[in-house]
Amino acid sequence: MDYQFQWRPVLRSLPDLLWGSLETVEIAGLAMLFGTVLAIFLALGKRSTKKYLIWPADAWIETARNTPALFQIYMLYFGLGSLGLQVSSYAALLFGITFNNAGYLAETFRGGFAAVPETQTRAARSLGLGAAQTIWYVVLPQMLRAVFHAMTNQMVWSILMSSLGVVVGLNTDLTGVTQKLNVVTYRTFEYFFVAAALYYLISKAFTLSARIVAWRLFRY
Amino acid sequence: MIAIENVHKQFGPLHVLKGVDLTVQKGEVLSMIGGSGSGKSTMLMCINGLEGIQQGRITIDGLEVHSKATDLNKLRRRIGIVFQQWNAFPHLTVLENVTLALRKVLGKSKDEAEMIAIEQLSHVGLKEKLAVFPSRLSGGQQQRMAIARALAMSPDYMLFDEVTSALDPQLVGEVLDTMRMLSKEGMTMIVVTHEMRFAREVSDRVAFFREGRIHEIGSSEQIFDNPEKPETAAFLKSI
Repeated sequence: MDYQFQWRPVLRSLPDLLWGSLETVEIAGLAMLFGTVLAIFLALGKRSTKKYLIWPADAWIETARNTPALFQIYMLYFGLGSLGLQVSSYAALLFGITFNNAGYLAETFRGGFAAVPETQTRAARSLGLGAAQTIWYVVLPQMLRAVFHAMTNQMVWSILMSSLGVVVGLNTDLTGVTQKLNVVTYRTFEYFFVAAALYYLISKAFTLSARIVAWRLFRY
Repeated sequence: MIAIENVHKQFGPLHVLKGVDLTVQKGEVLSMIGGSGSGKSTMLMCINGLEGIQQGRITIDGLEVHSKATDLNKLRRRIGIVFQQWNAFPHLTVLENVTLALRKVLGKSKDEAEMIAIEQLSHVGLKEKLAVFPSRLSGGQQQRMAIARALAMSPDYMLFDEVTSALDPQLVGEVLDTMRMLSKEGMTMIVVTHEMRFAREVSDRVAFFREGRIHEIGSSEQIFDNPEKPETAAFLKSI
């Protein structure tokens, strides 16, 4: 054991790591946002009685949940690339995680929808609200409350998954920046230790703010 | 006028309504009584199109409920319904429960909707509870809120589906009082109920349901004092 820890280069490049963290938050946040919207439609599709809605929703959910997230990102980057549709590393990562998030969240939402009693829909429809209005004003708010904690978990998962961007050459997010600095300094342990600490802090910050949001939002 | 002609309703192999004919005039209070499974609640759900029918037709002021050409959302504005499980929207305050449909269905402004809602909620004695969430209300209060929510749409008809059946006994009175008040104000009401004293007191006519049909129908006095059919008499004696 003659390894000498050298923290100075890491500290010097802390601003770079923080910028990288910001991009990580941006990617994970956007992937969560898009994933949530898509998941609502996937869950509604899977709950519908129409085959042409159930089938595509099912295919999406099954693929997203039963193949490695790494492959999903590869498919977008190299798969589409080999079809002549070259997407950037950033886009491949963002939409790869979005795809994955949507699949997992769809299953969560399906359970959430089932937790809102059918009688709520009946009451809303009997007041003259349309089908879409009923979902938007009556069912969704109750469903989102039921699944809020599961969504927080998915958000953390989304942050951690975003580290996979490095495999398609992304070098601007936290992992990308860390790897870039690692290969020029060879302070592997120090850099990845600090990066891991930053991932931990980002995840914790999201979990805590989610708790505050929940406390503000769900007053009933 | 609500006109029900030869209505049949099936849930799969279960034949729940086997040809119901009934007319309810404006201003009339009609009670539906009968054992559980006799089809009276299902009949109510068919009237505002929450349930489809397999045969026959139901018209409300000439508009056919189960016709594809009928805009059900529009028709439902004129028919209020209150359920056994009061179905308060738990994520909305008492005031918001009432204003939701006023704003999103009738397109009223927030102020206007709140004015109407406050008026209706005062009417049922809930003026002090506007900002409260339904979980903080008793069953009786939630049920009165549900009545106010339906009334706020100023419907021409009100349907009540065993609205006191899920309430604690000491809370039944306040809900029945609210309905009594409505009947005095001339509201057209169809009331599915197990509260026989109440049915007798407020109803113009009473329909006794048995095995998916109206077995006997008549004035409140006739049904309760002089039922023609032995089954009606037996039912009234059994409760």
